[in-house]
Amino acid sequence: MLSYLGRRILSVIPVVFGVTLVTFVLFNIVGGDPVYQKMGKHGSEAEIRILRHEMGLDLPLIQQYGFYLKQCLTFDFGRSWATNQKISAMIDNGVGASLSLAFPAFSITIMLSILISILIAFFRNTPFDRGLQVICLAGISISSLVYIIAGQYFFSYKWGLFPISGYDPSWSGRWEYLYLPIIIWLLVSIGNEVLLYRTAILDEVYQDYVRTARSKGLSEKVVLLKHVLKNSMVPIITNVVIEIPFLFTGALLLEAFFGIPGLGGMVVQGISNSDFPVIKAMTYISSVLYVAFNLLSDICYALVDPRIKLE
Amino acid sequence: MAQVVETNLNMTTEVSGVSLWADAIRRFKKDKIAVVCFFVIVLYALVALLTWVGVLGSDFMTNGPDSYAAPSGGHWFGTDIFGRDVFSRTLHGTRIALSIGLVTSFIAIPIGVTLGALAGYFGGVVDEIIVWFYTTMESIPDIFKIISISFVLGRGLSSVYIALGVTTWVSLCRLIRAEFLKHKNRDYVQAAQAMGASHKRRMFIHILPNVFHIILINFSMRFVTAIKTEVILSYLGLGVEPGQPSWGIMIDDAKLELARGVWWQLAAATLFMFFLVLSFYLFTEALREALDPKLRNK
Repeated sequence: MLSYLGRRILSVIPVVFGVTLVTFVLFNIVGGDPVYQKMGKHGSEAEIRILRHEMGLDLPLIQQYGFYLKQCLTFDFGRSWATNQKISAMIDNGVGASLSLAFPAFSITIMLSILISILIAFFRNTPFDRGLQVICLAGISISSLVYIIAGQYFFSYKWGLFPISGYDPSWSGRWEYLYLPIIIWLLVSIGNEVLLYRTAILDEVYQDYVRTARSKGLSEKVVLLKHVLKNSMVPIITNVVIEIPFLFTGALLLEAFFGIPGLGGMVVQGISNSDFPVIKAMTYISSVLYVAFNLLSDICYALVDPRIKLE
Repeated sequence: MAQVVETNLNMTTEVSGVSLWADAIRRFKKDKIAVVCFFVIVLYALVALLTWVGVLGSDFMTNGPDSYAAPSGGHWFGTDIFGRDVFSRTLHGTRIALSIGLVTSFIAIPIGVTLGALAGYFGGVVDEIIVWFYTTMESIPDIFKIISISFVLGRGLSSVYIALGVTTWVSLCRLIRAEFLKHKNRDYVQAAQAMGASHKRRMFIHILPNVFHIILINFSMRFVTAIKTEVILSYLGLGVEPGQPSWGIMIDDAKLELARGVWWQLAAATLFMFFLVLSFYLFTEALREALDPKLRNK
């Protein structure tokens, strides 16, 4: 077990290294000269040279990469081009708002989808099951942007149930602004989750141990809730753990649309301002989070499921 | 005696002569919803083709006198800010949506299949490098990959093609690699080797047809991703140029129009997108069921 853990943790290093390489190639080589991106077309020859020197762009690529690698290791990504704020401070400021939206929305979605998929498993292969499946598919066939636009229009603008947009950083004041985004998050993502968990549960329903449990005379309820659910929780938990990094990086569209000052909104702002360092930093950080939680999910998997060979 | 053996052989080939594909088509046809979805997709493809050659909706760029005219007999889905017919523009959106699915497939599928085949077939160092590469690509969340590539390349349809094309090959590559790992030591591949088939021939003439169903399923599912991502990129200002008749642009325009009571652009684009995406979902599901050998003869 320990050697499995050790090897699995070590295997993260080349991947994170690869991520730094990909983002560097993308932003510093494919993206063209960042100086032109920053100054636009109006910089004079001398200004450009000074800026290039300040940004370390007159160094050879390998040294620039070394500098970037140092940034990645210390999580210090310099300053935003648009606001000249330190990026690490911007992230510190945004993560609270992002989590305030994402954490409740995500938890409610997960719990509700597990409940619905158990219900579906009870009624598998009946018209109820098929009907719910079609509703889920129909739900995810509509663009998330449509949910956001229509939701804001009807609930806030027309019926005045929620504020149109905005945010209050105080702990008790923020919820008023978050109800509607949470509802929309739920509507956008529940279809996909239910379909996923339904498959996870139905994968177990036809296993031999389930037939044994039934032939012992156990009721369908006990079979499903005790035997099947326990086993299907393994893929479900793995999936949940892998989705957690996205809670930190925030919901891009929802935050931007409802003016929630989280990390998702920051990325959207960064795109419209051509703010290279912000996009680069967020790409790197979200990748590192993904790698970390992927590792965590593998470890959970190995701990929970003894069938996994630890060779 | 020899004749008897021959007839026996003939009989067995006739009895077991149902190929995977014939069987898949037979099972696919039994699924009525899937057949309907197939024809819906064909209909969309036809619309895309006809708008492309200019037979259908040729007035999509023609400005009209009435800005934001409500739906009527003349304009089924009303007009937009420049008085252009929304219905024609939505038809053209079909062309853009399907072209994104198609072009990104032409980029992503060859990358995924080639890398997956090389990794699975050769193993060893080649495998390790390719697995490292796709694990790295996989670690960057999709939306950030697509955002950063289209951000670096700038706005426009070709950036959307490239951004989606070079980022969405990973899951296919993983599947193809696993299949090649399984197939490379099978008897038929060894027989091919014994007959002197080169590596290239064994990989692409012998093994590839046996994993082709995976590519087909992936190809179908790709359209869903492509169409949905286009909308998000349009909102972020990284999609197709504004003014182009893409569904993403139309939905994005609606965020300012709805408050003025103009709902028809949003409705038209959403409806068109809804039926196409739903059909692709159901069609992919049916394909998977028809082509999965584990579900055969059920």
